[in-house]
Amino acid sequence: MTNKSGPSRRQFLTTSLAAGGGMAATIAQAGDPAITEVQPWAQHLGEGVDQAGYGMPSPHEAHVLRKSVPWLTAEETSSINFTPLHQLDGIITPNGLAFERHHSGVAEIDPAEYRLMINGLVDRPMVFTMEDLMRFPRHNKVYFLECTANSGMEWRGPQLNGVQFTHGMLHNVMYTGVMLKDILAEAGVKTEGKWLLAEGADAAGLSRSIPMEKALDDCMIAFKMNGEALRPEQGYPARLVLPGWEGNMWIKWIRRLEVGDQPWHHREETARYTDLLASGDSRRFTWMMDAKSVITTPSPQAPILHGKGPTVITGIAWSGQGIIPRVDVTLDGGINWHKARVDGPSLDKSLHRFYFEFDWDGKPLLLQSRAHDTTGYVQPTKDALRKIRGVVSNYHNNGIQTWAVNSDGEVDNVEIS
Amino acid sequence: MSKFLNLLFATCLLTTPVLAEGLGRIATPDEVAAWDIDIRPDGLGLPEGSGTVIEGEGIFEEQCAACHGDFGEGVDRWPPLAGGFDTLTSERPQKTIGSFWPYLSTVWDYINRAMPFGNAQSLTANEVYALTAYLMYLNEIVDDEDFELSKQNFTELPLGNEQNFYPDDRDTTEYPLFTVACMIECKDSVEITHYASGKDVTPE
Repeated sequence: MTNKSGPSRRQFLTTSLAAGGGMAATIAQAGDPAITEVQPWAQHLGEGVDQAGYGMPSPHEAHVLRKSVPWLTAEETSSINFTPLHQLDGIITPNGLAFERHHSGVAEIDPAEYRLMINGLVDRPMVFTMEDLMRFPRHNKVYFLECTANSGMEWRGPQLNGVQFTHGMLHNVMYTGVMLKDILAEAGVKTEGKWLLAEGADAAGLSRSIPMEKALDDCMIAFKMNGEALRPEQGYPARLVLPGWEGNMWIKWIRRLEVGDQPWHHREETARYTDLLASGDSRRFTWMMDAKSVITTPSPQAPILHGKGPTVITGIAWSGQGIIPRVDVTLDGGINWHKARVDGPSLDKSLHRFYFEFDWDGKPLLLQSRAHDTTGYVQPTKDALRKIRGVVSNYHNNGIQTWAVNSDGEVDNVEIS
Repeated sequence: MSKFLNLLFATCLLTTPVLAEGLGRIATPDEVAAWDIDIRPDGLGLPEGSGTVIEGEGIFEEQCAACHGDFGEGVDRWPPLAGGFDTLTSERPQKTIGSFWPYLSTVWDYINRAMPFGNAQSLTANEVYALTAYLMYLNEIVDDEDFELSKQNFTELPLGNEQNFYPDDRDTTEYPLFTVACMIECKDSVEITHYASGKDVTPE
């Protein structure tokens, strides 16, 4: 431990030994039945291969699920659910746990019937099949996707008591796909083509205007996530990937790209996904997802159950502007901060995993994390954002989250002075 | 060219993916017409057609009012479409077509591509013009029940809130402020000011 106020390595080891010794004392007479009794799995044959052509998690993990907040939306086909961040580790979101956001339900598309059209200000309007897409040069990239409304329920103060619900409109997977610029080159973008309309094949026909500069930079049409085909709820058979930009623009079930000389100002970039300020004015085209972080455990759905002693704080940090070179953690509500340890791959526009290990004395804690990105941007407090925007923006709440841990290890979503 | 440059050039050729020229096929005009349904604020993309407020009222009652209410006030959690005037600076802004939306073309485009909910792209162009006209009436943009909206007059009656939108300015209004990270003795004391517990809004 190099942290000034953290425990020394010697203290950490001493405490660990003491805790281990204590446990040994309490079970000394009978011994631990998990060890002294022959367990069924150690005696009888288990299931053979081929019990499941597609393997599922252990039944002991059956509680690890996406969940929705029923009161948020009118009904399920135009709704959202949340990734169980408190139950995950590392940086990759498993495909079955990646949050869902649909505007008119999931489009169930037969890949044989899939077509991608490019029209508008191009030399040649084109149609591509899935087979065509698979013949472009492929690329693999890990990117976070955050819904613009993530943490949006918290603008007026703490509402939802769980990191799944406050921050779970977020996932991070490895995409395999082709570069948008390579596909656009086949059609030939005319010089006056400054904007791209991307449109989905679902019953919402979800459409967004994208500046050509971004489209020709790092955008992809992806058909795999974490090595396997996109899940239907994530846009099977193909979706748009816009690294670092708001999730609403990553059109799922992408069916058409139209090149134009102006933006279209469609519903999802005017009535929705614009940021109303206290002044009554609104920001539009707020595409960038700013640097953000959150402690995933402990958190309200994942209290500290082990009592005082060696304790691991972990969380995630991300930025639409690049990598996360540093995350700070505070235990006392921001009086003193400590540098956390980022572990695992540090990739551009991807989740980063951080840890802070300390010796908990059992006293109440006020936990926060604070992300830095490569531009020098430091994640602001919620109050700093409110001071500029007010509380009716709905979107782009990347403020610092506070968890209050009581002496029993229970955790509450709070705000502090 | 030196041997070194030759080698370098050859290496580039080997490591740069070869562009997949000749993939896909030309889209036919009928195919483009079938999918290119979008319209823009300047009216680009609008088909020929027209519809009146009265015609729109009938279609709205039949196909829209179950969710949006007879007067566009919204039922349950479904979005209100009308009213909310002068609420944008209030504690609880009501963002409707009349109070918030910047462009009428967005109304036409969205109805045409996504409504009625669960039966998208089922309306004729005339029906979409009529529904748009009715929503203009509900939002007091026109006051004549016989008003007819058409491709010809579409851009003549703008919505009221367009001038209150401006492009993202976070790079000047926010980013310069968010660069400092105090590490030691950053404040004297800390109090909890708000709790989520007790609000009873979190699912099991």
